[in-house]
Amino acid sequence: MPEPVGVSVKEPTSGYQLRVVQEVLLALLATQASHGYQLRARLQLALGPLAEALNAGQVYVTLNRLEKAGLVSSQRVGQTDRPDRKVYELTASGRERVMEWLDDTSWPKPAPAEFHLKLVAAAAAGLADPVRLVDAQRHALLDGLAAAQRAALAEPDGSIAGLLLEGVVLRLQADLRWLEACAEYWTSTKER
Amino acid sequence: METSESPASVGPVLRARGLEKRYGDGEGLVQALDSVDLDVARGESLAVMGPSGCGKSTLLHLLGGLERPSEGEVWLAGRRVDRLSEKALARLRRRAIGFVFQAFHLMDELTALENVELPALLAGSSPRAARQRATELLGQVGLTDRADHLPAALSGGQRQRVAIARALSNEPLVLLADEPTGNLDTAATLDVLRVLDSLRAAGQTLVIVTHESRVAATADRLISMRDGGFVEETRLTRGTHGRLGELAGLES
Repeated sequence: MPEPVGVSVKEPTSGYQLRVVQEVLLALLATQASHGYQLRARLQLALGPLAEALNAGQVYVTLNRLEKAGLVSSQRVGQTDRPDRKVYELTASGRERVMEWLDDTSWPKPAPAEFHLKLVAAAAAGLADPVRLVDAQRHALLDGLAAAQRAALAEPDGSIAGLLLEGVVLRLQADLRWLEACAEYWTSTKER
Repeated sequence: METSESPASVGPVLRARGLEKRYGDGEGLVQALDSVDLDVARGESLAVMGPSGCGKSTLLHLLGGLERPSEGEVWLAGRRVDRLSEKALARLRRRAIGFVFQAFHLMDELTALENVELPALLAGSSPRAARQRATELLGQVGLTDRADHLPAALSGGQRQRVAIARALSNEPLVLLADEPTGNLDTAATLDVLRVLDSLRAAGQTLVIVTHESRVAATADRLISMRDGGFVEETRLTRGTHGRLGELAGLES
């Protein structure tokens, strides 16, 4: 069901992000009808400091789109002192889509293959020293790890966003370990 | 040229020049450390990373005066220390350097509070002052309610936090930590990293030796070692949350 990684949809800044937000919003609507701002608050809680990466208007834009696609329906609810608010509800096809998404086991971002091929190509073309590329990548990932680690330490015990940050930290650690192996391999081919 | 007596308040807290360490001789000669130069600024937190056997623990032992170099010099706050007498070196270790090890090294028969106040008592503090300081330090590492527990009644993470509090007992110029999270699970690792990070924020000079990248990532500066020498140095900028979103897979 998901598009292959690297194939970009029309909007380059929100392709992958938007697709996930669609499914998440549908899932959040599965148990009860909600206002847009309630859904946004749920997302912000789950993402913690990462919520900054979310465009503020994206939830509302996405809800509109889901409604046009027939995956949610909405009802206007009057308020005494403010404009009407929309309450969104999941449709039958929306529910079907959520279940498909939950059962999907594809795992995004297979970075190793891309980077691996970059090193092989760099060495073959003689354009760049693979070891230098590994070092540069290591710096970048370490910086990212430092940011993630700092954010993780700032989360209180038992925070749901802390769990997400832990995932970021563990993946970066694994990537860094693999980069060590890359450095070792390409250093040894130089010495041969 | 080195000035032999720079004032303690300026210049690096720790300085090493041409540091070498060899073990054994002849066929069995091992060069554990090979011409290492290092400056650690006051208030800086430095991580030294590398695979086991790369010489990082040896470096820490030489910096802390636990072992003497085969060649080279170690300076602490403007004073050369690698040639001090055993007695003077032991005194220096007790008063000016805090050690934290992977295996905690707490006294099993003493409570958490007694473990923490011991270094101050050995350095000549009054029992009252030592207790007051130890109580404060246990508070800083979040263990006020565990003060009367024996180490056996504490979790690994709690024991390591007691060990950190103990290392701070004499307000050391530098805290040296060797794989401080090596024996800990994820939650306990985070607890220990929180303590180390708060020390860094408070301006404590720190040198942490580790093979774990997440521990190293809490430092200001990171040095990678291989085969007894430095191979790379990184200054960590700690990015932005926007980049975090990308790393978490939120943006393509």
